[in-house]
Amino acid sequence: MVNYNISVQQFLEKSKSGELDYTEFIPVAMKELQDKNKKLHFMRQPADFDKRVTVEASLYGLPISVKDNICVKGLKATAGSKILEEYKPPFDATAVARMREKGARVLCKTNQDEFGFGTFCTNSAYEIPLNPIDTDRCTGGSSGGAASATASLEIPHIALAQSTGGSISCPAAFCSVVGLTPTYGLVSRYGLIDYSNSMDKIGTMGKTVWDAALGLSMIAGNDSLDQTTLPEKSKDYTELDKATLKGKVIGVPSQYFENIDEVVEKKVRDAISVMEKNGAKIKEVSLPMTEYALSAYYIVATAEASTNLAKFCGMRYGLHLPLKGKFDEYFSRVRSQGFGAEAKRRIILGTFARMSGYRDAYYLKSLKVRRLVIDDFKKALKDVDCLAAPTMPVVAPKFKEIEKMSTLQQWQMDVLTVPANLAGLPMISIPCGDMVGLHLIGDHLQESKILEVAQGYEMAVR
Amino acid sequence: MVYVKVTDETIEKVAALARLNLTSEQEKKMKKTIADVLEAFDNLDKAFDAAKKKEDSVEPAFQPIDMKDVVRADVIEEPYSQVKALSNTKHKEKGFFKGPQQF
Repeated sequence: MVNYNISVQQFLEKSKSGELDYTEFIPVAMKELQDKNKKLHFMRQPADFDKRVTVEASLYGLPISVKDNICVKGLKATAGSKILEEYKPPFDATAVARMREKGARVLCKTNQDEFGFGTFCTNSAYEIPLNPIDTDRCTGGSSGGAASATASLEIPHIALAQSTGGSISCPAAFCSVVGLTPTYGLVSRYGLIDYSNSMDKIGTMGKTVWDAALGLSMIAGNDSLDQTTLPEKSKDYTELDKATLKGKVIGVPSQYFENIDEVVEKKVRDAISVMEKNGAKIKEVSLPMTEYALSAYYIVATAEASTNLAKFCGMRYGLHLPLKGKFDEYFSRVRSQGFGAEAKRRIILGTFARMSGYRDAYYLKSLKVRRLVIDDFKKALKDVDCLAAPTMPVVAPKFKEIEKMSTLQQWQMDVLTVPANLAGLPMISIPCGDMVGLHLIGDHLQESKILEVAQGYEMAVR
Repeated sequence: MVYVKVTDETIEKVAALARLNLTSEQEKKMKKTIADVLEAFDNLDKAFDAAKKKEDSVEPAFQPIDMKDVVRADVIEEPYSQVKALSNTKHKEKGFFKGPQQF
């Protein structure tokens, strides 16, 4: 039996040289998917990966998983919500189309919090994925299925995930994989089911920094189908062979170490010492706007979400009910049945924040605070290559601990990931211990820089 | 910050605007959650003092990164077909979406 527990890089090399028999690989990959999913429930639904095909360069049929809120033609896209049950998009999201053009093949769709509303991937109308390191613990959210699949699948695989306020970094940290969130606008959002359109970003997850970088190289770049994409062309982010920490200046924000778990602090401080020992210069920096970012984030995100979710009313797709009553009654009935509790909470808060009389006090004020947060980061990043901090303030919590948390306590868990997401900055979470992530945050469009530092760290600890 | 006392009426009004029917139990829970959240988020005003800026002088950031208006050539493109557009609805008639009663 050939061993297919190989890296993505090895998979591509063996495919190129003709050493890998793809016909033999398909059933192995399918079995691995079914076996692992049985234990961990990360899959929303499988794709037609078992179909016999001729694979092509440059990705030679590399398996990719796709978060449920990213459209794949003909596969259900429910964004973890009952209100979109049975919705089958008749098109591919640009990120998926670009991956496929380069020869990747969709293995499955992955579970998530409903519309991305969650920190632990426990707010889904479907299955709740489990953490492969400890199945009593959550995967983190909202791209929890993507992280659980990435951590557990013993075949070459890259995940397409998505973040609004930390939904790539958080599950990557909790499942000890690499999660890359690009600059806002670098990757097209065409075919992504909106949560908060000024913050949503499609990114990638992999077992290694190189895997995540390869994914980004395939999907980044301007897209005429999404007018908020930046003018940047696609580029190769995988040239990391010469990555070094020597001479890199890493900023460490003091505020990010306040009120965090001791284990997390130790692991992250150790990781920073490793970087220092390998030639990086460590500089303490200050981000005084950190404590205000959470409030601003939740107001902006829910305001945008409440607008984006207004279109789900049981007419064109998703949940349908018998057409009884006047339009208001019908829409309200569908929405009340279709949205889960967390979605309703966020719609109510967002609608409130945009309501006449409160718009200036909440929504506009939050957008002004967002400006202050961006300025804060720009100042801190001026003299450093990137920032290094813990990704999450805790290790992956147990399900029974999550049950005891209030809504506000759950939202407060996002305190370290939302500031950079609010500012649209690129970030990467890399494992620095079991269920602990080291978060590297760069300036806008400085993906190459954070990838180089991440790769330098990965090589130092490998 | 505007001081907001979240009342039963506030929640009822917002739920109606959001087209959500809440049971009285759900309304009660929602009132507490929203009140707790707004109390915790009452720190927004302090951000301007901490940044030593006047609120009026700060431009709201609708986008996290500067964006320019995008235009495209005025060329006719093949639209999304009616068949595709209707492929996900159960409520259709004679090639159109069928909606609920208006009046």
